[in-house]
Amino acid sequence: MNEPQAHMSVRRLTMAYGDNVIQHDLSFDVRRGDILVIMGPSGCGKSTLLRHMVGLMKPAAGEIFYDGKNIWNVSAEERAWIKRRMGVSYQGGALWSSMTLAENIAVPLEAYTHLSRQEIAEMASLKLALVGLDGFDDYYPSEISGGMAKRAGIARAIALDPDILFFDEPSAGLDPVSAKRLDDLILELRDSLGATIVVVTHELASIFAIASNSIYLDAVSRTLIAQGSPKELLEHNRNLRVQEFLRRGEIGEKEKSI
Amino acid sequence: MKEQPTNAVNAVARVECQPTEEGVEWRFSGVWHMDGDRTEATACLQQQEADRMVLKDVGIQAWDSSLVIYVRTLYLRAKEANRQIDLSGMPEGVRRLMALAEAVPEHQDPHLGVGKPSWIAQVGIHTLRALDNVGKSAAFLGDLFRSFVTMLQKKSNFRWGDFWVIVQECGPEALPIVTLISTLVGMILAFIGAIQLKMFGAEIFIADIVAVGMAREMGGLMTGIIMAGRTGAAFAAHLGTMQVNEEIDALRTLGFSPMEFLVLPRALALILMMPLLTIYSMTMGMLGGSVVGVFMLGLTPVQYLNESLHSLSLWSVTSGVLKSVVFGVVVAVSGCMQGLQSGRSAAAVGEATTAAVVHAIVYLVVADSVISVFYTLMGW
Repeated sequence: MNEPQAHMSVRRLTMAYGDNVIQHDLSFDVRRGDILVIMGPSGCGKSTLLRHMVGLMKPAAGEIFYDGKNIWNVSAEERAWIKRRMGVSYQGGALWSSMTLAENIAVPLEAYTHLSRQEIAEMASLKLALVGLDGFDDYYPSEISGGMAKRAGIARAIALDPDILFFDEPSAGLDPVSAKRLDDLILELRDSLGATIVVVTHELASIFAIASNSIYLDAVSRTLIAQGSPKELLEHNRNLRVQEFLRRGEIGEKEKSI
Repeated sequence: MKEQPTNAVNAVARVECQPTEEGVEWRFSGVWHMDGDRTEATACLQQQEADRMVLKDVGIQAWDSSLVIYVRTLYLRAKEANRQIDLSGMPEGVRRLMALAEAVPEHQDPHLGVGKPSWIAQVGIHTLRALDNVGKSAAFLGDLFRSFVTMLQKKSNFRWGDFWVIVQECGPEALPIVTLISTLVGMILAFIGAIQLKMFGAEIFIADIVAVGMAREMGGLMTGIIMAGRTGAAFAAHLGTMQVNEEIDALRTLGFSPMEFLVLPRALALILMMPLLTIYSMTMGMLGGSVVGVFMLGLTPVQYLNESLHSLSLWSVTSGVLKSVVFGVVVAVSGCMQGLQSGRSAAAVGEATTAAVVHAIVYLVVADSVISVFYTLMGW
């Protein structure tokens, strides 16, 4: 059997704002069904990488492939189709505040499917139930808590049954218990939807709980310096900055001498 | 999900109902796709009810959320009627999603969720809100004045840097639009007058109409409306967004009063700039009028200028300028007040900005009428 094609691949990607290079020469694959965690210190460009992968920002150099297709080098229809296959959950939920939760979820359904009004309402309430918000259909984003808004954002991200789901800092700003529940939800969604998942986070607990693969973006050398499952990195990677990150800066004298 | 069918049009979802001794058996097959053909399956939902339902996968080729919705509809219906439903024959993914959907939500309906009040109640709510708003505006104005006095006494918290930036924004940067609007208003006044005065051969009095009209009324009013739309809206949007970002809370917790820190520089800058812009607007209006007078009615520029100067008294100009100070207060207060009271969402900032402009224009016109009546009563 052939090696299954990677779901998404990034090749020699350079990200920059004007002349200011954020990261350069990033190359990695996202395997199908994987939970890939993009980690690294604050300000290293994790969210920027996510914005590149979902097609919000154009690479300064390099390519991004979805199912073997360069997302910036396909017809407009094909790009729209690729975007439809992606679900993105933003840091604060990014719900449209003038619409109820159900209406928020209905927006992509109305635009991209031929479902009837009744079916859209059912679909919205199913998606809300999936993230633990059963019965919150008619609430406005301002009437729910931050953690619930994040969940509702996830419900909108999975509205179209995406093949690949992106999460930007899913557990930031949540208490440990809610953060744990959200991690469980991500794992459950991966198993039941069979989706590939890409998560940007720097919460160590989450990283070890959910990641099956990870990449570490370094803020100093401005490139990818480690990839693999976080547990393996913890045991085998010898880079001081990776070790420091994975151990919350608590490195004993022994490791320092490596 | 199972593999997505590449051609959704040919996707047909199938369900058959078979009564068996264990209850009704629902047999699922075909391709369940959101954009596929599910009419047949949907029709099946109307079928007979049984005490026990058994759902079975007898060859589902691919499925997505549309199947989950279908199963959930059956499930919820069975649960409501207290009937048994057996999902064990469905694909594992469907069962997991159903389990996830039925998991007890961690927050039971906490508060809110109240329905819309009846229309009578709504009338009441809106009336009370409008009255409340008048009171709040008065309180806001009082508060503003108090912080102005504090500033005069100690000067400490006043942000001179911010002040000059705002002066720049609501003074010189407003000149282009004031120029355009005032010139056109001057020309319009001249045109209206020309039609009537031509009948008496009294074209020269165009200059009087334009000069007095611009000085006493139109200069100040037009500038006020422009500033309400331009600067009042900007104040409301800026302060409203600061509210959304918790920047105003940050100021309060550090012990700064938003009134001294944010409102006072804006209000002072606008109140200072309004009279200057108004004088400029009056001049531009007269210039616009003279264009009509000279090029269309055949007056000479000197004639026009002399007639204008002759018709204008110092008081005509002063009365307009005094009004404009009041207009400045009105625009600044409604803009800043709506901004500070904005809710914490994008929609709320939009509402605050709309309210700022609407209130500013309404109060402008009301204030203008009151002042004009007052001047008339005093015989000024």
